[in-house]
Amino acid sequence: MTVNDIKELLNANVLCCEDYLSNVVHTACGSDMMSDVLAFVKDQSVLITGLCNPQVIRTAEMMDITCIVFVRGKIPDSTTIDLAIERNIPVLSTSRKMFEACGILYSKGLSGGKEN
Amino acid sequence: MTDAIKLEYTVCNDDFTRAGEASSDIKDKLKKMGVAPEIIRKVVIAMYEGEINMVIHANGGKITVTITTDKITMVLSDKGPGIENIELAMQEGYSTAPDNIRSLGFGAGMGLPNMKKYSDYMDVQTQLGTGTTVTMQVNL
Repeated sequence: MTVNDIKELLNANVLCCEDYLSNVVHTACGSDMMSDVLAFVKDQSVLITGLCNPQVIRTAEMMDITCIVFVRGKIPDSTTIDLAIERNIPVLSTSRKMFEACGILYSKGLSGGKEN
Repeated sequence: MTDAIKLEYTVCNDDFTRAGEASSDIKDKLKKMGVAPEIIRKVVIAMYEGEINMVIHANGGKITVTITTDKITMVLSDKGPGIENIELAMQEGYSTAPDNIRSLGFGAGMGLPNMKKYSDYMDVQTQLGTGTTVTMQVNL
């Protein structure tokens, strides 16, 4: 699945880094707790979250996360978006709720990855 | 690499927005040095959790990173309140972070456990009222 596929499936807006829409995503992680995200390394993952602050981008950066989706129509502030642009991480925003967004992507073949 | 490379960072007091800048800088530097991505990930996740801890609990602190041919050593020292019960603090899910930190996505009680998980060696020296020094090593 590509970042663009996620955009289409979730009817999401792209907030930055449109150049990376063809990047491939293999796994997904849905959480508002960044330390939980940091506990499990996944390969080429999308982070789905309702948390809206610059540490979401930092967490994604440390984990080499491919793309971030903010749920419930949340739009992060410019500091957060600027950081995502600096680190080349595409950010999407969908009006879907967390459960729905995760369910849609799971049903289309994205897995939670292996525990390590 | 013939000589050790030493890098020093100051983690700002209570500036949650800037937490992670040191880890981000290390990530760029290790990448430029050609260090394997999975090693970089271990280093930066462990260090990032440490940075967050310093901001949440200790009013910031200092980080020294030393890179040698066989390992990367991170020493994180602060003059914070110290850790009262290190055994409890090492347990997943145990946290003393205030509620406002939880609303920022941290304080799940995974900080120290994650630091241990991603480092090949970790040592915590702490004294109540004086501060904490965490040493972590990741083998190259």
